[in-house]
Amino acid sequence: MLTATDLSCVRGERRLFSGLDLAVGPGEWLHVQGENGAGKTSLLRILASLSPPEEGAIQWQGESIRELGEDFRRDLLFLGHHGAVKEDLTPLENLTLAAQLDGTTLDEATALKALARFGLRGREDLAVRFLSAGQKRRVLLARLAVRKAVLWILDEPFTALDVKAVDMLSGLIEEHLATGGMAILTSHQSMPLPNGRVLKI
Amino acid sequence: MNAIVAIIRRDLLLAMRRKSEVLTALFFFIIVVSLFPLGIGPEPALLRKIAPGVLWVAALLATMLGLARLFAPDHADGTLEQMVLSPTPLGLLITGKIVAHWITTGLPLVLLAPVLGIQFDLEASALWVLVVALLLGTPLLSLIGAIGAALTLGVRGGGVLLSLLVLPLYVPALIFGAGAVEAHISGVGAGGHLSLLAALLALAVFFAPWATTAALRIALE
Repeated sequence: MLTATDLSCVRGERRLFSGLDLAVGPGEWLHVQGENGAGKTSLLRILASLSPPEEGAIQWQGESIRELGEDFRRDLLFLGHHGAVKEDLTPLENLTLAAQLDGTTLDEATALKALARFGLRGREDLAVRFLSAGQKRRVLLARLAVRKAVLWILDEPFTALDVKAVDMLSGLIEEHLATGGMAILTSHQSMPLPNGRVLKI
Repeated sequence: MNAIVAIIRRDLLLAMRRKSEVLTALFFFIIVVSLFPLGIGPEPALLRKIAPGVLWVAALLATMLGLARLFAPDHADGTLEQMVLSPTPLGLLITGKIVAHWITTGLPLVLLAPVLGIQFDLEASALWVLVVALLLGTPLLSLIGAIGAALTLGVRGGGVLLSLLVLPLYVPALIFGAGAVEAHISGVGAGGHLSLLAALLALAVFFAPWATTAALRIALE
């Protein structure tokens, strides 16, 4: 369970939000909505412990995320605006190396299966720079499928995806929630998923 | 430990796919060093005298060339964010990146230096001292350079700032590295200089990854 109390965020001279409370429990997801520049990405980065909040506290399973450190990061998967996909490597190498950097191993069969699920069969050994923007995004989604994490924080996950990929991602999130996972995401689309709550900032 | 091996493998793989970046620094080193004998002419005594300094200055500059690209691509494509959020401690991953940087830029310089040293009429024993000095010195250059690269990450005009920041910090490595070869040629013995270089390296191995990690965290906030 992730809880945040009385969060505020200041960027430069401007106060983006203050006194923000939120809680996400197992099987629940939170849809963060707001205008461009309202601070959605800033909020997600704060929740992911990438930047500290101006005020307020964030707790994961009842303990402060600052103190948990590695234990929190092991449970977390964060997808930001930038894909963290290496253009010069193939989708397969991207997946296996990303897993190894996290200190886990990913066997080739599992990685291939995840890539095939996102329609990248036959492109496993092609450098990512030859793929389209949507296909690059799909490589990232394959990472969602292979990385074992309880809390997903996704910043605009539907960008550049076609209708079919949007359905696949929604299915993936639904599966994740059904197994007790949690998700926090920003999106300008409405999402027909159960147990959702909307946070407007 | 697996994560360190993985990141070294990844960075070497990326360097293999983008050979031009590694080769640029290497050719720069070869050409700069080769220009001196051509410019000064056949004066063996003078060439022998300036050889250690020229080789070391060229090594410093060649290392500088690739430094700006140490963290910038990872920063641009979001990989650095993922590294910060990885369960593996960031310090370990950064250490791995520095090792990979040394393998791609420092190690080739060490291997090429004796060949280039022949142009300066250095004798075999002096070439050995040069190799040992560079073997101790180039990792030091990568470690110190990583701090600079992290501090200037995302800064506009960071490349020039990086040189201004890092080159003064390279002075001790230059003094003791070039000094070792000079001391050997003049018959004093290179032991003292090499020991000091090794001490600097030990210090940098301990502190540089930590300082780099702290600077990267600030750059990402």
